[in-house]
Amino acid sequence: MVAGSASLTSDKTMSLLDLLNSLLFDHTIRTVALGTATLGIVSGVLGSFAVLRKQSLLGDALSHAALPGVAIAYMLTGSKSPAVLMLGAGAAGVLAILLLINITRQTRLKEDSVLGIVLSVFFGFGLLLLTFLQRNPDARQAGLNTFLFGQAATLLTRDVVTMAIFGGLALLFVAVFWKEFKLLSFDREFGASLGLPMPRIDMLLTTLLVVAVVIGLQAVGVVLMSAMLVAPGAAARQWTNHLGRMTLLSALFGALAGVAGALLSSLGTGLSTGPVIVLCISVIVLFSLVMAPNRGLLWNYLRQWRNRRRLRTEAVLENIYLMSSQHDDPSHPHAITALEAVSGAGNVRRSLEELQRRGLAVPYDGNKWALTAEGVRAAQTRLQPAQKDEK
Amino acid sequence: MSSAQIEIQLIGIVVAAACALPGVFLVLRGMAMMSDAISHTVLLGIVLGFLITGDLESPWLLFGAAAMGLLTVSLTELLNRTRLVKQDAAIGLVFPALFSIAVILISRFARGVHLDTDAVLLGELAFAPFDRLMLFGALLPRSLVVMSIILVINLLFILALYKELKLATFDAGLAAALGFSPALIHYGLMGMVSITAVGAFDAVGSILVVAFMVAPAAAAYLLTDKLERMLLYSVGLGALGAVGGYWMAHLMDANIAGSMATVIGLLFLLCLLFAPERGLLATAARRQRQRWEFAQTMLTIHLLHHEGTPEAGVENRLDHLHDHLRWEPAFAQGVVQRADERGLVRLENGSLHLTEAGRGLATTMLTEKR
Repeated sequence: MVAGSASLTSDKTMSLLDLLNSLLFDHTIRTVALGTATLGIVSGVLGSFAVLRKQSLLGDALSHAALPGVAIAYMLTGSKSPAVLMLGAGAAGVLAILLLINITRQTRLKEDSVLGIVLSVFFGFGLLLLTFLQRNPDARQAGLNTFLFGQAATLLTRDVVTMAIFGGLALLFVAVFWKEFKLLSFDREFGASLGLPMPRIDMLLTTLLVVAVVIGLQAVGVVLMSAMLVAPGAAARQWTNHLGRMTLLSALFGALAGVAGALLSSLGTGLSTGPVIVLCISVIVLFSLVMAPNRGLLWNYLRQWRNRRRLRTEAVLENIYLMSSQHDDPSHPHAITALEAVSGAGNVRRSLEELQRRGLAVPYDGNKWALTAEGVRAAQTRLQPAQKDEK
Repeated sequence: MSSAQIEIQLIGIVVAAACALPGVFLVLRGMAMMSDAISHTVLLGIVLGFLITGDLESPWLLFGAAAMGLLTVSLTELLNRTRLVKQDAAIGLVFPALFSIAVILISRFARGVHLDTDAVLLGELAFAPFDRLMLFGALLPRSLVVMSIILVINLLFILALYKELKLATFDAGLAAALGFSPALIHYGLMGMVSITAVGAFDAVGSILVVAFMVAPAAAAYLLTDKLERMLLYSVGLGALGAVGGYWMAHLMDANIAGSMATVIGLLFLLCLLFAPERGLLATAARRQRQRWEFAQTMLTIHLLHHEGTPEAGVENRLDHLHDHLRWEPAFAQGVVQRADERGLVRLENGSLHLTEAGRGLATTMLTEKR
């Protein structure tokens, strides 16, 4: 974000302050940012559940499957108002889910095959309908661009209000059925054993996912909608093991990416908002994967490195003790080269210095090292269980 | 039929065949959604290739795109191996990010060039015959030539590694134990998917490539248990969908690729419903038949159990089956009628008697099932 705005500062003379200024006072940008933030929050919350339930690709399939719904809604009503088209898209999404669940359950086809079929065939059918309606077989002129990539830049206050109402309803449902959804995500069988109607709860949650997808279509489009569902949840998952915190964090990440994307794309010429939002959320994911405490890659690497160093140091301590005990003097000094030969790989000198810091070993005219009395005791306690085993 | 019409259908058939071959292995290995990811990210390969060579016709674009397909696969695996996210989330994270980069690069550096994102996503089969290329002294449609080459490559790859692919697909553990490198086969297959996706999206667009790859193969999987036949059937179904789709588009004056995907979807639906053994109707009929057969066996065992005992007069009556076997009266009636037709029981004044055949069935079931 910093790099992006910095490079554009020179030609547009816009600073971060101006950016904030436009967010607060420029009506168009504020509307767009509000819309994408709403989308980020709703898809962040519902996406967390999708990620936990291994349904990350469901959003991809659902967003593609919405196209014939949009076409049919337009065909039936002749209206292009967002609410009508959203309802059509939602209906197609629910139909897609029903097909998906039933085909996967009734046949030996794997879920990913069925996802692929639903995604592509629904989309193809939608394309057929749209081009048929316009009596123009050229797909590129069918006005599909909005559907494919979204047009966040053209969001009107009316659109944002529609998004907020649908999204708010979805979030309300999540709040009311929080306990049930949690149970569904982590221990479905236990929920069923309590007598809860798990298939119906499953259907409800998946329908809410459809709502999130439908809200997002206008802003980021079909292709990138799947990222809006997967990425905030996947990023939030790295920071916490607690569902409530994960969901809140996911909503926050989604909103952050939405606002940042809207602002960044308002700076550059010809940058469509959808891809910029997706890149913002991808950066958040990458940062989380690397930096998150406990789970993150960096954290993991450090932990492994520390463990390896500790093990090496202890091996050196044991080796000096074992070598010295052949001399009837547990603190008999040994050349560092001898220790290196016994200890194998690793930096023996660094391990010895570590032992010295802990007061377990002392250097002896330059290249030799010996154990202190305390070092001998430490080595003995470490080796005792092993010696017992030998007897 | 005009020559353009024939050419479009030919291109459709070749695309369908080239897609169906790797599609079979994707469906069997549970990696169908990888085709969706790859068909989107090849766009980045093409954009980068174009930015480097400055030529949209350069064959290097194809290589760049195929390499990007493989990069998508390895990035997904890399992400999956960190165990921080699951396989499906890894796919869902990688391809939108790469695709977004491609879209942004196009809008910033390749404006005005004939490289529209929607052309890539949707294809333009109707214009394919206009883009021609000189080969062997004949002016052939470019997509036909490109896709034929890709089809031949796919065929050669499958023929050369047939045994290995088969083993790695059905028993990955054994394949690895016998020394076939699973990684090599996996990446070979993914390379095949990548070049096919690159070649095909020109004609049908990257979203509908998925329909051509997955749907015919999945339909074929419902029709047969033999890999050779599955390959043949899926090529056949794909080709049928391409030709049928062309004519439907012609009649409706609508988009050809969308129509082809729709017809392929319909063919899948037909297989789903009517496949001889695994179709939904066949499965439902088999379940129904088994339900009746099981009930008849239950009936004979029930009758045998009480036969010749004092309570037989009460237990072995049609109107008492509801109390003793928890059967609804209509169901009990149906079972008794069917058992009567098979000569297993006789119904006399509401009381039931086993025939010799019925007694035989009950005793064999009781002794065998133990």
